[in-house]
Amino acid sequence: MGFFGGVTALARGFATTFQFAFRKKPTIQYPTIKKQHAPRFHGLHELRRYADGKERCIGCELCAIACPANAITVMGAENAPGDRRSPGERYAARYEIDELRCIFCGLCEEACPTDAIVLTPRFEMADYRRGSFVYSKDRLLVPPEAGVGTAPDERPGGIPADLGSVTERKSTVDIDAGYPATHRGEILRTQRRGLAG
Amino acid sequence: MLDQAPWWLVVLIKSVVVLFIVITTFAYSMLFERKIMAWMQLRPGPNRVGPWGLLQPAADAAKMLFKEDLTPESADPLIYRLAPFISLLCAMGAFAVIPFSESSAGLWGISDVNAGILVIFALTSIGVYGISLAGWSSGSKYPLLGSVRSTAQMISYELAMTLSVIGVLILAGTTSLAGIVHAQHRVWFFVPQIVGFIVYVITAVAETNRAPFDLVEAESELVGGFHTEYSGLRFGLFFIAEYLNMITVSCIATLLFLGGWNAPFGLGFIPGIVWFVLKAGLFIFMYIWLRTTLPRLRYDRLMSFGWKVLLPVATLNLMITAAIVAVTG
Repeated sequence: MGFFGGVTALARGFATTFQFAFRKKPTIQYPTIKKQHAPRFHGLHELRRYADGKERCIGCELCAIACPANAITVMGAENAPGDRRSPGERYAARYEIDELRCIFCGLCEEACPTDAIVLTPRFEMADYRRGSFVYSKDRLLVPPEAGVGTAPDERPGGIPADLGSVTERKSTVDIDAGYPATHRGEILRTQRRGLAG
Repeated sequence: MLDQAPWWLVVLIKSVVVLFIVITTFAYSMLFERKIMAWMQLRPGPNRVGPWGLLQPAADAAKMLFKEDLTPESADPLIYRLAPFISLLCAMGAFAVIPFSESSAGLWGISDVNAGILVIFALTSIGVYGISLAGWSSGSKYPLLGSVRSTAQMISYELAMTLSVIGVLILAGTTSLAGIVHAQHRVWFFVPQIVGFIVYVITAVAETNRAPFDLVEAESELVGGFHTEYSGLRFGLFFIAEYLNMITVSCIATLLFLGGWNAPFGLGFIPGIVWFVLKAGLFIFMYIWLRTTLPRLRYDRLMSFGWKVLLPVATLNLMITAAIVAVTG
């Protein structure tokens, strides 16, 4: 590469950077604009209810056994005859998921015989304290007024026919209207209603 | 009104105004650089503070002010604290003799010195002491390497830079910056002095320690070079000095080679200051463009390029110019 070769190479380099200045930027301005999640995205868990308001979870601990990360702790208890929490004999007196241990594989969802535990597409769980990542029933269970929760097959967007259509759906859209974001790990009851309804 | 005022008051007022404008220019040339670089790297750049990130310089200044001012235990405290001020004072001093435009009332500048270009070269040369002393007094390995590099780089490139400018001085027949601009009334000097212009632009990048000649602060090998140990406001002063130097060399290039405030194509109805700002801005953009495009040179190549290419070319250019002027008168 002689003198002119060098100058040509330089000129090409400068032209390249100049052109790039006018390209469309791929940046998504995250807090204001959010990316559309894949239809069956694995995010924060949710404990569902039946239409009559009873909890689906029967405290069988199959999810805890299936969990490869030992993130789930379930302690079942007998339903009191006067105050039945679930239709079965037992219900989950304690149900805790450590979201820092969780690998979001969805095996709990598959193990559940009553479709009680499901993974929602919520992903904004950032918080300041480790302790606040242990989600107990007060944050996992769908509030009674928020409906029954969403089954995996009824998610917005449905099940993709093939992988290609999923890639297409990953467009930059404002999904604020789709479902509300969680803030500092606190899921407000009104926000939950947005996903259920 | 200005005729009755004592001379020191006039100079003081002019200095304050120029300083304010120059510091504002510094702040926004920094934002400009970050934006342009971001766009060329397919990023949006700073856009959170104010509309289009326009308040980013204020946020940066506030951050610098509130950071802790550290002095390493092994540092020489006096020189360590003094060095940023040497850099900044020399960078600011250059603006005392730069004329920005001209009107019927006189030059738009703090003072009209008849050897303006020499004053600027003297000041920018002293500015190197700031960098060298900063690295030396830090009492740490990387800053020392950075300051050694800076000394060697300055000596090799300042020589070629000065030689490239002498061609212009021969053509203009004066060392006054205003006189050089007047001499370019018809033809801007970058046409007859195209070689000198190219040499000046390349050496100016090395003089201001900017990419691809930023070996003095090479963050990937020297962890910031001479300013590794500096923090807070003192680091900020070096930062300001670097950008002011960039603005200074852009202004000088405009004055010496691009006709200063002379309007091109008979567009004389637009004020001279607009042309000056446009031309200097073009240079600043070119610096940023250069930084985004080219990787850092290897140190031995920097040296051999300076001594074996730029210096002979500048000398040859000077000799040919001198011969032509001597023959044609």
